[in-house]
Amino acid sequence: MARLPESGMVEKRGAGLWLTHLGLIAGVLVIVFPIWLAFVASTVSQPEIVRPPMPLWPGDQFFENYSKALVSGINAPVARMLFNSAVMAFGIAIGKIVISILSAFAIVYFRFPGRNLFFWLIFLTLMLPVEVRIVPTYEVAANFGMLNSYSGLIFPLIASATATFLFRQFFMTVPDELAEAARVDGARPMRFFWDILLPMSRTNIAALFVILFIYGWNQYLWPLLITTDPSMNTIVMGIKQMFPSGDDIADWPVIMATSILAMLPPVVVVISMQKLFIRGLVDSEK
Amino acid sequence: MATIRIDNVKKRFGQTEVIHGVDIDINDGEFIVIVGPSGCGKSTLLRMVAGLETVTSGEVQIHGKRVNELEPMDRNIAMVFQNYALYPHMSVFDNMAYGLKIAGTAKAEIAERVDKAAQMLQLGDYLDRKPRQLSGGQRQRVAMGRAIVRKPAVFLFDEPLSNLDAKLRVQMRLEIKALQRDLGITSLYVTHDQVEAMTLADRMVVMNAGVAEQIGAPMDVYQDPRTMFVGGFIGSPPMNFLQLRQASDDSMRLPPQIADRIEKAEGPVTVGVRPEHLSLDANGEARFSGRLRYVEPLGAETLVHLVTEGGEQITVRQDGIAQLPEAGSQCVMSSAAEHICLFGKDGARID
Ligand SMILES: Nc1ncnc2c1ncn2[C@@H]1O[C@H](COP(=O)(O)OP(=O)(O)OP(=O)(O)O)[C@@H](O)[C@H]1O
Ligand SMILES: [Mg+2]
Repeated sequence: MARLPESGMVEKRGAGLWLTHLGLIAGVLVIVFPIWLAFVASTVSQPEIVRPPMPLWPGDQFFENYSKALVSGINAPVARMLFNSAVMAFGIAIGKIVISILSAFAIVYFRFPGRNLFFWLIFLTLMLPVEVRIVPTYEVAANFGMLNSYSGLIFPLIASATATFLFRQFFMTVPDELAEAARVDGARPMRFFWDILLPMSRTNIAALFVILFIYGWNQYLWPLLITTDPSMNTIVMGIKQMFPSGDDIADWPVIMATSILAMLPPVVVVISMQKLFIRGLVDSEK
Repeated sequence: MATIRIDNVKKRFGQTEVIHGVDIDINDGEFIVIVGPSGCGKSTLLRMVAGLETVTSGEVQIHGKRVNELEPMDRNIAMVFQNYALYPHMSVFDNMAYGLKIAGTAKAEIAERVDKAAQMLQLGDYLDRKPRQLSGGQRQRVAMGRAIVRKPAVFLFDEPLSNLDAKLRVQMRLEIKALQRDLGITSLYVTHDQVEAMTLADRMVVMNAGVAEQIGAPMDVYQDPRTMFVGGFIGSPPMNFLQLRQASDDSMRLPPQIADRIEKAEGPVTVGVRPEHLSLDANGEARFSGRLRYVEPLGAETLVHLVTEGGEQITVRQDGIAQLPEAGSQCVMSSAAEHICLFGKDGARID
């Protein structure tokens, strides 16, 4: 008797569970399908691709295509472009975090003349995306001789109003007494920053790192402008450069292999940071 | 070990002055409690001693040395905050050790001092935990431990017990008192709870609206309030106050020596008498009359609330077993002459 309602409930819940799962699986399939096609295309030979119908299952050219892409590529080896992209994405993500956390620290914890003015100036730049200021930025970078260099790829994109704003909001939720306790304990401002504020911002930093890494990795317009030497190309713009101009035949398997390779690092970053994320959320410090 | 001297200290926030010149002299090892209603400036005064708030004018001295311009870390103080302000990402051990670490104390000595403090505060089993894994009382102890390990010259407490439940508050109150007595460290303790003030203080400072109204040992302040505010703030239920309209009021008959003093005073005079000094009989020299409104039996004692002809409230504290008249009946109360306090129109006591 007592088991009846229980099993009924489980069954009901089970049905709902199956339905939602079916819905989710269908959604995933729809989203994954183009990526699957790209992967398939990267494992077959050129003639197989251009001959309809399109293959739906992987071929036997995996190692050939990928090693060709990595080592020689079309304009520049993909390995080289991956490295360039990694330098740029890490540079932008780390640089943005360092600069914005320090400026947020200054704005929240120090009283100096023009404090609010500076904050609003930073805030104002939120409204100007890279594309809007790209011409003057290019001019400045070119005059500094930063074309075709990592500094040219990284520094012009490093200032971040968004990250400054986020850190400011977080610092404002940290109780004043904590800063006062540290002062009584003898911590000078930078010591307080290192020992207390920075560890407390761990989860925020991890979240921002993921977002900013992908932002840096996916930059397209800026690297296109600032790098003309193929050996300085980043992977995302490099893919576009692989399309032949004129009547040449596109080497689709290699282009697809490059696309798959270009997707891997952000995926790795998201997955590895996600763990830190969740750990941060589970033992939330506040 | 240190003395503290607060000399005509004032504090202004922008245009508003919130502390209007406070003088307190604190002896070595003394436990001073600053008590007063919310917003009277207790925390502000304490924070000026800590160095967390600048002093607008006047001087703060610790151990005979002017500290107005010194940073908190150079004042040799430790402070316990109302919300404890523990570092959330550090273990209990690291929380307590942080100040010593910054001061560059040797590792072995840090461990020794923290262990000793942890033992004193029964925190030995919790040293590896994070603050969020502790109960309110334990966090409170960690905050105390953080203050103790530094062996400061002065302890400053800003309502350290107000986040605890009533029972724990009583227990921690006793622990703080015992600890302070053992260590003999000069302490300045802010609270709005008069019971805490009465039980902890060697001397207490009753503050009102940015002014120290009275400084003295708890029982002295209680028995001999210098202002109407102090009489009303210290003691529960508070002192009864009766406005005196003319010398021969029907509802109040005062002995000649008191009537003399009233006559000499300028302006209206208020008569104050504590509930426990009144009894529902005519045995004392100072007599009052009123109509009984309601009775609150509290077990050991009973509070009898009356209202005079002039509409003023009087509370009388009786033993729990005393026979009481009916509600609505007219009663006579009296008190010995020495328990009657007179206050002038500015609220100051008339002797
Ligand atoms: N930073 C500030 N700026 C302006 N006014 C302030 C500031 N800090 C405190 N005050 C004012 O000073 C007065 C005293 O504040 P304080 O915090 O010392 O009160 P308190 O006696 O500690 O009260 P409570 O028991 O509620 O903590 C209050 O009127 C408050 O509004
Ligand atoms: Mg306060």
